[in-house]
Amino acid sequence: MSTELIAHPLLSAALELHPQVALRPEPFGALAYHYGNRRLVFLKHADVVTVAKALADHPTLADTLRACGIAERRWPSFATAFQSLLQSDVVRERRP
Amino acid sequence: MSVETLATQMKAGLDAPICLTWELTYACNLQCVHCLSSSGQRDPRELTTAEAMAVLDELKALQVFYINIGGGEPMVRRDFFDLVEYSVGNGIGVKFSTNGAFIDAEKARRLAAMDYVDIQLSVDGADAATNDAVRGEGSFATATRAMDHLAEAGFGPFKISVVATRQNVPQLDAFKALADRYGAQLRLTRLRPSGRAVDTWDQLHPTQAQQREIYHWLLAHGDNVLTGDSFFHLNALGDEALPGLNLCGAGRVVCLIDPVGDVYACPFVIHDEFLAGNVRNPGGFTEVWKRSDLFRSLREPQSAGACASCGSFDACQGGCMAAKFFTGLPLDGPDPECVSGHGDAGLAAAAAVPVTLKPRPAQDHTKPARTPAPV
Repeated sequence: MSTELIAHPLLSAALELHPQVALRPEPFGALAYHYGNRRLVFLKHADVVTVAKALADHPTLADTLRACGIAERRWPSFATAFQSLLQSDVVRERRP
Repeated sequence: MSVETLATQMKAGLDAPICLTWELTYACNLQCVHCLSSSGQRDPRELTTAEAMAVLDELKALQVFYINIGGGEPMVRRDFFDLVEYSVGNGIGVKFSTNGAFIDAEKARRLAAMDYVDIQLSVDGADAATNDAVRGEGSFATATRAMDHLAEAGFGPFKISVVATRQNVPQLDAFKALADRYGAQLRLTRLRPSGRAVDTWDQLHPTQAQQREIYHWLLAHGDNVLTGDSFFHLNALGDEALPGLNLCGAGRVVCLIDPVGDVYACPFVIHDEFLAGNVRNPGGFTEVWKRSDLFRSLREPQSAGACASCGSFDACQGGCMAAKFFTGLPLDGPDPECVSGHGDAGLAAAAAVPVTLKPRPAQDHTKPARTPAPV
């Protein structure tokens, strides 16, 4: 793993799909609807959807990416995507 | 995926609507002169409670996350709360539009106790004189009384929904102040020449100068003012696009179910030409959404037609299909309110066409013997 990857703090974060979020499959990925803040968010890649659904089953985002077979060179873009999903509350940090 | 490819996907249609409007009834205590559904009298063929619940079952299976309920005045229906509770209980949030006449203190408390329910109170003037000229005598007082009840019941941030007209554009700041006073969110949408507005659009639609005012005002207020993406034709006014998807969602991400179960491409095109099917037919709503000829054709790439040579087409997308249709303009040409004035010639030509040859709404539930409200 490169130092750049280690440097992205979100990769070592424990995340989960927000319990108030529902995902609807679409040709481009999925629509996420947050019943709490009533916002629609577009997940614009099928792999992002796969990873989002698997987050809760793995200790960290990096572990989830590995388990979902995402090539390491794509991890930075996934970290960015999940940073944005974290901001819109589609995913949240798991509390121990 | 870039925003552009996302828009391309949207244009090709989604597996289920994002924004589904369901007019529950044509019955209304008001008779607004610009009513998009020409409401007034109840239609005897209205969907029954059981039929409406069957549609909600379909929407749940399709994972429609929320619906926009309107009318008519939806609270006129005796099963209004039953339907809302059934919807919310099935994970389908409800946003409903009302004139507020049936929101008393008790109903406000009932609504405040429900999760996933949003309310849009319609007013079309920031004062009684401006509002009542369009919506009828006493309707401003009715709406503000409902707002008082909602505020008292602790409903939280409801929405105040305004259709922008020539008469109320000078009041944009006053509308915002009204919303702020209630801790509400302002929603401003575009007037279309649909329903009874076929006959009043000429007097009500904003001037070109006012369109510029709306555009800059909306840019200044950003996400704080909702628009239902209805002003995308104004994007040709500048380099900065208004927030939203900037496309006509009719039959692609948007549709309308009317009170008798007819499914139209959008709430503003209640006309046979945009009728895709009926929820009572075999396969129900799902069949109409996924396989109707009309919706499939709307998801095909659309021709820019006469707009193809205009440098603004990418910004404005040629405007609103409903606005063109009911003003008698070709669908593959400029919007009647094209900010570059490209719709003017078409409008002038359409003005020469006898009224009897112009498209009229498919349904008219206007009450008989009504005294026309002054405009």
